[in-house]
Amino acid sequence: MKGLWKLTFIEMKLFMREPAAAFFTLVFPLMVLLIFGTIYGNEPTPFFGGYGTVDVSVPAYAGMIIGSSGLIGITIVMSTYRERGILRRLNATPVRPQIVLGANVIVSFLMTALGMVLLIVVGKIVYGLRFAGNPLSLFAGFTLSSLSFFALGFVLAGLIPTARTAQVVGMMLFYPMLFLCGAAVPLEVLPEKVRQYTSLLPLTQVVKLLRGLWIGESWGQHWTEAGVLAAMLLVGVAISAKTFRWE
Amino acid sequence: MSDKVVIRVEHLRKVYGTTVAVEDIAFEIYAGEIFGMVGPNGAGKTTTTECLEGLRHPDGGAIQVFGMSPQKDSYALRERIGVQLQTSALQDRLKVWEALDLFASFYAKPVDTKRLLEQMGLAEKRNDKFAKLSGGQKQRLFIGLALINDPELVFLDELTTGLDPQARHAMWDMVRGIRERGKTVFLTTHFMEEAERLCDRVAIMDHGKIVALDTPQNLIHKLGAESRLIFSIDGKLDLQKLQHLEGVMRVEPENGEFIVTGHGDRLVGDVVHAITTNGARLRTLRTEQPNLEDVFLKLTGKKMRE
Repeated sequence: MKGLWKLTFIEMKLFMREPAAAFFTLVFPLMVLLIFGTIYGNEPTPFFGGYGTVDVSVPAYAGMIIGSSGLIGITIVMSTYRERGILRRLNATPVRPQIVLGANVIVSFLMTALGMVLLIVVGKIVYGLRFAGNPLSLFAGFTLSSLSFFALGFVLAGLIPTARTAQVVGMMLFYPMLFLCGAAVPLEVLPEKVRQYTSLLPLTQVVKLLRGLWIGESWGQHWTEAGVLAAMLLVGVAISAKTFRWE
Repeated sequence: MSDKVVIRVEHLRKVYGTTVAVEDIAFEIYAGEIFGMVGPNGAGKTTTTECLEGLRHPDGGAIQVFGMSPQKDSYALRERIGVQLQTSALQDRLKVWEALDLFASFYAKPVDTKRLLEQMGLAEKRNDKFAKLSGGQKQRLFIGLALINDPELVFLDELTTGLDPQARHAMWDMVRGIRERGKTVFLTTHFMEEAERLCDRVAIMDHGKIVALDTPQNLIHKLGAESRLIFSIDGKLDLQKLQHLEGVMRVEPENGEFIVTGHGDRLVGDVVHAITTNGARLRTLRTEQPNLEDVFLKLTGKKMRE
């Protein structure tokens, strides 16, 4: 455990000093919320099963933050740390690799959660956001989704040799998913054909699970999504443990 | 210098693909000395160093550092050694004091980081971010990080590469300071002058092998190369008297100066003595003595390049 809290605290400060990371995790989702909230409002509609646009969008935007934290945030941090020799320097100290990885997971998780909290607070104040689920259950779903996407980020950073390529691959995976998986645009709006094809994508699982838990559906109704995410997490951890390199 | 062996290396071998980076080298390093490994880029110095630090796994041979294997006991060993790597970095936006604070948290018994900041001359830079530091400041910070656990043994890999002469001399003083605090220093450099002026013993490496290992003085002495004294005088000088001194090979006047060529440790003293006791006064005097550069040239048949 030596160094874990100090490293976590430092990484947190560095995150806040990195304008791009802080923007995409904390500010951009709020901007999207305010833009679409202004356009569509939050009147209940049968189209969303009696909920408003903002009500169904907030859990979906959480999926957006989770996706970008995992596929872009973690991928960039880990691959640049390795490429620039920051990991090399850490490796010359008694610090264990688990501590370095753990600190980055904790920071990414806290920042992702903060992004979601901001969405909820602003959604509540500005649009009277409705929530019908169990907060603990939602938190569990949010945690599972975050960790499995973080694992994916570690896999990309581990498998792809250069930081530049890792960054590009992370974005190539993230942006199409953002629009095809119901994270940026509600699933209901997407054509049936598109939904069929994208129902298997990882981010779709996150959006479906969180939207379901948000309106009070049970885990039993979403066991496939939960199962896929749990499997992704396990496989991701196994691969990233195998492919982790200090340099 | 005590005779306690801190590092023992036998038959060390490291191969990258088909390139043999280090081939069957052996040496011992004693407590309290500054040991230098010199040689051109690609000679195998960094590979050797990183095997000793436990960052790389050798393909053959045995290494003991404090009686431990750097590969098997890596975490225990890293508590006791300090490492400055040839290539590494910190996060761009990490402040100097945060870096020291962070690295201190990795060790069981860290030193006072505030004092360390002052010793490294970084007290004024404590709130500066890593990316804003000059090359010399970064290097001082890395030395600070290498000393943060009060290590018994410090590795400095290409410490002064990329520094201007002034910063380089400041770095040398810092390294001597580390030894004065009772620590052992293992350093690599491709500057022969640095090795000669800083190190107690030097291993000269070329193509993955140690071609010579001794004190700089002994290496130069064994070379048996000529020294030159160049001087001018007021008064008269009987060149014959100098000619007959032991070790003197030639005495030649040139452009109002005299050049004495010869060898031996006593050459300078004997010649100066002979001049002054014969009624002449030295106006100028300079000497050109063989150095490690000449040793390297002799041993490898090529010049060291920067």
